[in-house]
Amino acid sequence: MAEVALRNVVKKYDDVVAVSSINLDIPNNEFLVLVGPSGCGKSTTLRMIAGLEEITAGEIVIGGEVVNDLPPKDRDIAMVFQNYALYPHMTVAENMSFGLKLRKFAKDEIKARVDNAAKILDITELLTRRPKQLSGGQRQRVAMGRAIVRNPKVFLFDEPLSNLDAKLRVQMRTEIKRVHQKVKTTTIYVTHDQVEAMTLADRIVVMNGGKIEQIGSPNDLYHHPKTRFVAGFIGSPAMNLIPAKLETNGSSLKVRLSDNLSFPVPENRAARYRGAIGKDVLLGLRPEHITETRGANGASGNSHEFPATLDVVEPMGMETMVFFKVDGVEVCGRVEPTAAKGSGETMLLRANLDHMHLIDPNTNRVL
Amino acid sequence: MTAATATTPLTRGVFGRASLKRNRRWALIASYVFLIVFAIFFLLPPYYMIITALKSDAEVAHMAHNPWIIAEGITFEQFKLLFTQSDFLIFFKNTAIVTVCTVVITMCISVLAAFSLGRMKFWGSGILATGIFLTYLVPDTLLFIPLFQIVKSLGLLNSYWGMVLVYPTLTVPFCTWIMIGYFQSIPKELDEAALIDGAGQMQMLFKIFIPVALPGIIAATIFSFTVSWAAFVYPMTFLYSADQQVLTVGTVTSLIKADVYKWGMLMAGALVAAAPPLIIYAFLMDYYIAGLTAGATKG
Amino acid sequence: MADTLHSWNPTVATTAARPASKLLKFLRRRSAIAFVMCLPLMTVIGGLVIYPAFYSIYLSMLNKSQTRFIGLSNFTYLLSRDVFWMVVEQSAIFALTAVFFKALIGLVTAHLINNLPVKGQRKWRGMLLVPWVIPLALSTLGWWWMFDPTHSALNWIINLFGGDEIAWLSNPYWARFSVILVNVWYGAPFFLIMYLAALKSVPEQLYEAAAIDGASAWQKFVHITLPMMRNIIAITILFSLIVTFANFDIVQIMTAGGPRNMTHVFATYSFLTGIRSGDLPLGSAVSLFMLPILAVSAIFILRGVRKRGREIG
Repeated sequence: MAEVALRNVVKKYDDVVAVSSINLDIPNNEFLVLVGPSGCGKSTTLRMIAGLEEITAGEIVIGGEVVNDLPPKDRDIAMVFQNYALYPHMTVAENMSFGLKLRKFAKDEIKARVDNAAKILDITELLTRRPKQLSGGQRQRVAMGRAIVRNPKVFLFDEPLSNLDAKLRVQMRTEIKRVHQKVKTTTIYVTHDQVEAMTLADRIVVMNGGKIEQIGSPNDLYHHPKTRFVAGFIGSPAMNLIPAKLETNGSSLKVRLSDNLSFPVPENRAARYRGAIGKDVLLGLRPEHITETRGANGASGNSHEFPATLDVVEPMGMETMVFFKVDGVEVCGRVEPTAAKGSGETMLLRANLDHMHLIDPNTNRVL
Repeated sequence: MTAATATTPLTRGVFGRASLKRNRRWALIASYVFLIVFAIFFLLPPYYMIITALKSDAEVAHMAHNPWIIAEGITFEQFKLLFTQSDFLIFFKNTAIVTVCTVVITMCISVLAAFSLGRMKFWGSGILATGIFLTYLVPDTLLFIPLFQIVKSLGLLNSYWGMVLVYPTLTVPFCTWIMIGYFQSIPKELDEAALIDGAGQMQMLFKIFIPVALPGIIAATIFSFTVSWAAFVYPMTFLYSADQQVLTVGTVTSLIKADVYKWGMLMAGALVAAAPPLIIYAFLMDYYIAGLTAGATKG
Repeated sequence: MADTLHSWNPTVATTAARPASKLLKFLRRRSAIAFVMCLPLMTVIGGLVIYPAFYSIYLSMLNKSQTRFIGLSNFTYLLSRDVFWMVVEQSAIFALTAVFFKALIGLVTAHLINNLPVKGQRKWRGMLLVPWVIPLALSTLGWWWMFDPTHSALNWIINLFGGDEIAWLSNPYWARFSVILVNVWYGAPFFLIMYLAALKSVPEQLYEAAAIDGASAWQKFVHITLPMMRNIIAITILFSLIVTFANFDIVQIMTAGGPRNMTHVFATYSFLTGIRSGDLPLGSAVSLFMLPILAVSAIFILRGVRKRGREIG
């Protein structure tokens, strides 16, 4: 177990910059998730930590030691791959013990560790099978077992769940979280799935275009995104980003979405947005903050009621998603199934403006 | 839907299905008939070799009966003659030595090179891989004369060790080529996992690549075995005394004494000589065929 | 606190690790290891293929006793000889006819086998591949025995149907036919296997889509099978062209070039002049005449293989 640090780490392929000057401090025992769209450099970052990619510039420190020049095997890390990368010609037990054998561990020590890991992962009955005879979820467990037996300083996960079907993915997610709570090894986990990131992480690093957009706890990122990218990326369905204009409304402020729709800005935000008066902005509002009018929630505080003609209505069971257009831009709201109207009908909706964000479309930063 | 419109397509459907079924059966029967004709064509020579080898000299010589059947009883005297009265066993031993050595040398060279070219890459490795494929296309009859000079200058003329030296030119390029294909089909994550598990290059090769690519190794081994067992041009050119001769040339030339063709014994010799590749084929047909087709499909 | 820890530790670690790691890094350099692993291969190819190839060119420009450099005299001498032109003609006839029939029989048998229920295909494939598995020199011996002038078992069958006996190997034209027949017999199974593998790689959905579009069996063959297999057919034909063109075993064993030199191909003629008559330079010149056609075929094969490699992924 150890802390990991990245100092101005850069990766270039010829002239293409894959990762540009990343700084990260990962304390001991943390579960850190790197998340971002494909090609954002998250996997490259992970592979640099693993030693599978050479770094172009900067420093990677694991447990207080600069590992730039160390080959993967000397970094004391373990990695779980997207396609599991189990050795097809070895049994589960052999797969798990391979790394220990190469490191010349004593036989009974290997057996004890394999048995222990198998117990943690509940794969004891599978130890004599070969990867081909296992289901996807079982293979995933074995791949994790191979990492656990090594008892390394750091666990690295590279999109470990993307080859599983949706149901199994949720199940294995819980499993990974449970294992981490048990073994507590520092973990760096790469995924493109923000739900996975939210559910697993102590802290999330959102990456885009080879740069870090924001680092923070899941709730922090959800409620206080710092950039337009993070605001749009975290949360499902995604946050509505509606072009608007910030205007004065007597002593207070309002965001004008269209000629006949304006939302008042809560008093406590007025000072914060003062500098953007008269400018074009993007109003960020999550679907769950556009709800039906009846009921208790959101009745107090700063909210604004407005009528909307529904385009599409998607019942989800627990709630119903309603889609409507504001000046040509599609906006999503989330209402009680019993309150939802049919498509084509007009419904009175309430925007909860305590949770609003304003984004400067030029800098893409949240104001 | 009314009853009238429902019945017409239905009857047509039933009729159509029946004729479809009948067509299919006729096609199948035709296929079998033609295949039997081709099978007779392909299996006639080996069949005739077998029955000749099982006849007595007298029956072979006199042609009193239908030559395609054994009329005067099966006899193994031709095989006895072959093993006791000829140099056949010497040829067999020489061939076995040459083939085993060639296979071992070939596999060592090919696997190492294929691992390097398929996985590690270095400056010029792409050109080298193409070069290997082109080398595979060079037929043995193009270079046997300069090789004659080379073998001669090394003092290996009329020695089966000369064969061990030159046979790899027939086997190494193709074996390397197909092993490159097999190694490249192993997912990259597997070496990365091994790298993280602490394997060095050699451990990676022996503990991961060779076991995982075992079907390819078997196919390449079979290929080099059959090629060196059947080689004809080089021994024909470089070997001339019976104690150094190999099976193919030995059976064709030395077993023919003067003008008297001992056809029974010749056929017995040819059959025994052809047996090892045939036995390997019988037991490992799928690997044999995989090796055969790999050249064009694995590139 | 964590930051001071980091900034302090790395300096110690780096100063300790740097000098050793440079050496290690050099030794570890994958490309150096990779190069070393290819050395045996390069030795074999360099010493026993490339060097002999150039040596062969040099050799072909010497006189018979290899004492004098005579330029292209061996080549011009060959071009002036009728026998040599007969070799050229027979090699071309031999290779083109044999490859054509091999390809045809291979394609037909592959289709026939592909028509069968999947369960029986293996058995038939196994049976029809037997000629390819028997070492060619030995099966040629068997054919020779069937062609034997006095004991020909083939003539026995022809007699049975009232036909005249055929002088398989002593009549020059029948001899030409015979060596081609044996070559077709030996090589067709190779085509069969290649085509069968290619047929299996055509996605079944394409045929299903064509069937729904109303294509007949022949239309399916012309519009789906052939285009999908075009590349593999080309590769196999070119490859077989090289092998057949350079064939030695069949002609050498059955006729040794006779009767009246009518069945000689490049390989046997080169063997006759170079080894049997002891004129190595002249023999070398004969085989070098094969080079242009082999080189052209090889280039096209390489192109086809690369293309197929891309198609497969």
